[in-house]
Amino acid sequence: MREYVMGECVIVERRHLQALVDALGRHEFTVIAPTVRSKAVTYQEITSIDELPVGMIDEQDAGVYRLKQGKREAVFDYTVGADSWKSYLHPPALKLFSATRDQEDGFTLHEGEEETPRYAFFGVRACELNAIAIQDKVFLGGPHIDVHYKRRREETFIVGVNCGRATGTCFCVSMNTGPRVGPGYDLTLTEVIENGSHVFVTEIGSERGAAILAEIPHTPADENRTEQAAAIVHQTAKNMGRRMETEGIKELLYENLEHPRWDDVASRCLACANCTMVCPTCFCTTVEDVTDLTGEHVDRWQKWDSCFTMDFSYIHGGSVRKSNKARYRQWMTHKLATWIDQFDSSGCVGCGRCISWCPVGIDITIEVDAIRKTPKRSHVDDAEGETS
Amino acid sequence: MNAQTLEPYLKKHPFFKGLSSDYLAILVGCVKNVSVEALQPIFQTGEPADHFFLIRQGAVAIETSSLEAGAVTIQTLGNGDVLGWSWLFEPYRWNFDARALMQTRLFSLDAKCLRDKCDRDPAFGYDLVKRFSRVMVDRLQATRLQLLDIYALPTGE
Amino acid sequence: MEAETLSTSQVTRENGDSMRPRRYRIVRSHKETHDTFTMELEAVDGPANGTFNPGQFNMLYAFGAGESAISISGDPAQEERLMHTTRVVGTVTRALGTLAQGDVLGVRGPFGSAWPVSENAGKDIVFVAGGIGMAPLRPAVLQVLANRTKFGGVTLLYGSRTPGDILYRRELKRWRGRLNDVHVTVDRADEKWSGDVGVVTTLFNRIIFDPENVVACVCGPEIMMRFVVMELQRRGVSDSSIYISMERNMKCAIGFCGHCQFGPTFICKDGPVFRLDKIRAWFNQKEI
Repeated sequence: MREYVMGECVIVERRHLQALVDALGRHEFTVIAPTVRSKAVTYQEITSIDELPVGMIDEQDAGVYRLKQGKREAVFDYTVGADSWKSYLHPPALKLFSATRDQEDGFTLHEGEEETPRYAFFGVRACELNAIAIQDKVFLGGPHIDVHYKRRREETFIVGVNCGRATGTCFCVSMNTGPRVGPGYDLTLTEVIENGSHVFVTEIGSERGAAILAEIPHTPADENRTEQAAAIVHQTAKNMGRRMETEGIKELLYENLEHPRWDDVASRCLACANCTMVCPTCFCTTVEDVTDLTGEHVDRWQKWDSCFTMDFSYIHGGSVRKSNKARYRQWMTHKLATWIDQFDSSGCVGCGRCISWCPVGIDITIEVDAIRKTPKRSHVDDAEGETS
Repeated sequence: MNAQTLEPYLKKHPFFKGLSSDYLAILVGCVKNVSVEALQPIFQTGEPADHFFLIRQGAVAIETSSLEAGAVTIQTLGNGDVLGWSWLFEPYRWNFDARALMQTRLFSLDAKCLRDKCDRDPAFGYDLVKRFSRVMVDRLQATRLQLLDIYALPTGE
Repeated sequence: MEAETLSTSQVTRENGDSMRPRRYRIVRSHKETHDTFTMELEAVDGPANGTFNPGQFNMLYAFGAGESAISISGDPAQEERLMHTTRVVGTVTRALGTLAQGDVLGVRGPFGSAWPVSENAGKDIVFVAGGIGMAPLRPAVLQVLANRTKFGGVTLLYGSRTPGDILYRRELKRWRGRLNDVHVTVDRADEKWSGDVGVVTTLFNRIIFDPENVVACVCGPEIMMRFVVMELQRRGVSDSSIYISMERNMKCAIGFCGHCQFGPTFICKDGPVFRLDKIRAWFNQKEI
């Protein structure tokens, strides 16, 4: 096998894309890729490229998601769907351990998971790779390590995709997370369709990536092709659906915890928790002990949780964040401000899912803007001139 | 001890911190040094509020009487605390009982004497009332906190 | 006195699974008050791991019921036994309260930051405890007593709901002789009580300390801590000399579940003990 250079580009023809999926399968990866379920793009296990939403594009806006037939047979013309790769790295339900009652010594612990799954994520967007890196910091970067996340993450093979188009709720440019896929991938594809040719300009990001690539047909990429790929990404960057001004955003939110805008958004927010579920960086979980009927056996589960629930902040006697306002404020301030103090980056990658999947169409880019533009005011109004 | 020798001790009492020597001189004419034995009453509800007291050393319980429970201690005061403000307002009668919990030494200030001096010298009166207001505000705050029953588990648990 | 030096929970990466409890057996369990009990625990598996810093907590696991974050209330110098004074406030604490001598429970920890005792030799120390807040302060008091001559004037102010709720009564008497002042007050007295009545803030009139050379450690319900802080500030103590202990919902205690967030901090790893100036802005905020 010849030596590949990291960052080197090759061309993989459309008809050989299946070979890439097959190669991953041969190396015992479970390939997870976008597919369509319930009229939305979602990441599921696949074995064939035909299972991907080929030829489809998405129209997204506040509270709106529509998948439609596009004008060309592109494999990756849609963008992000309802779920994210966190469903696999940080699953919605995970058994931490099980335990059985022991006469002598109270109880005995057993492993929760027998085998760690080995995933190949096929079609990771720039914003998503960033989200994975953000969760890496949460679970692997602190004084404790999430061993379950680590086991899955270590094995994960990443095939990135440079977005050929942006949709209405995209703002990765504002968050500096795309549209070009950053470091951390094994291979990245940029789809180029023109004049009857349909190829993927493929960048090599790791030795593992090079090894897989070696098993599928490909040709060296010339400068023309790499320039085409770069131009596509450049064009996507110019077509962002939204924008978020991030200058001084941490201080802005820290100084405006009592801004009247919070009451405004709270009156619209249903606390349905959709945003936290679709967000690729939200990581909050709860821990549940589930016993069997005899009470002799217990399973401890880790499950997704949301700061929007009333129970989330419950301490004896009541919840700290009772009002809708307090809970919305918690989510948005955490995502855009306190996250920076906690993990040295924003928690938001600009994927726009929270905007599309909010049933009432709350848009955080607009909310931030509103706080910036409306000056704080006291709730005590001047009653000059009123006599009674 | 006569009133003159009391002056340096009065000046040291926390209640009069920062009081000008002129005002101190006015006050001194109304002050007596007193002591109460343990468990003896200092004043009772309904009695005329002829004095107020500055606790020098000891402990005093503010009490009231309830039918079922008998004497109930609402609050205790200790060294440096002020006892009694009913002397400031008509009808100048005590609303609670005060009892010494141990041998207690106090400054007793003659209310009528002081009220007269306040009327004659409003600036002095203002200073004195400001000090009392501070005590009342602190006492109110403490009482509010007491009412909140902060260590109890909230109901509906 | 940076907050970073306070955090003594293992900073070295743990390769083990921090979500798996270790087994501890109850050597002794007795009631302190009508709703509070104290357990002394001994490790079942392997060597005793009773080392901790005052202010830290463990996640105690009642088999089948779940976990609860409980402050360690024992002597830091005593490594063989773990001591926890627990108030029954919910399902898990109730389950822990039904366990008896010989029963086994699970322990994860110790977690969190500590009261800054050893770093403050030479200073006056004021401990202010409210209700069950006395339990997390007890290890700090014991640590001071073990090195009494290293510190200046040391006082303890302790407010309780009623005389029946006072914890460690006999110990308080013993401490009276060795600390400069121990004042105990109740919000509501009974006929037998001859001590102080009134909230713990009223006790500040009784004590003397140098506000420029003091460390105040305050622990109790948040509202109590707010008023105590006001009292301290009134007496010239700066925010950087005041330490409080915060509490929030906890599920993992290791910074992953997100429940214990208090502004930008995680109470499980940045707290529960905080130096006041570091969290000032958030401390006065409602519903944070």
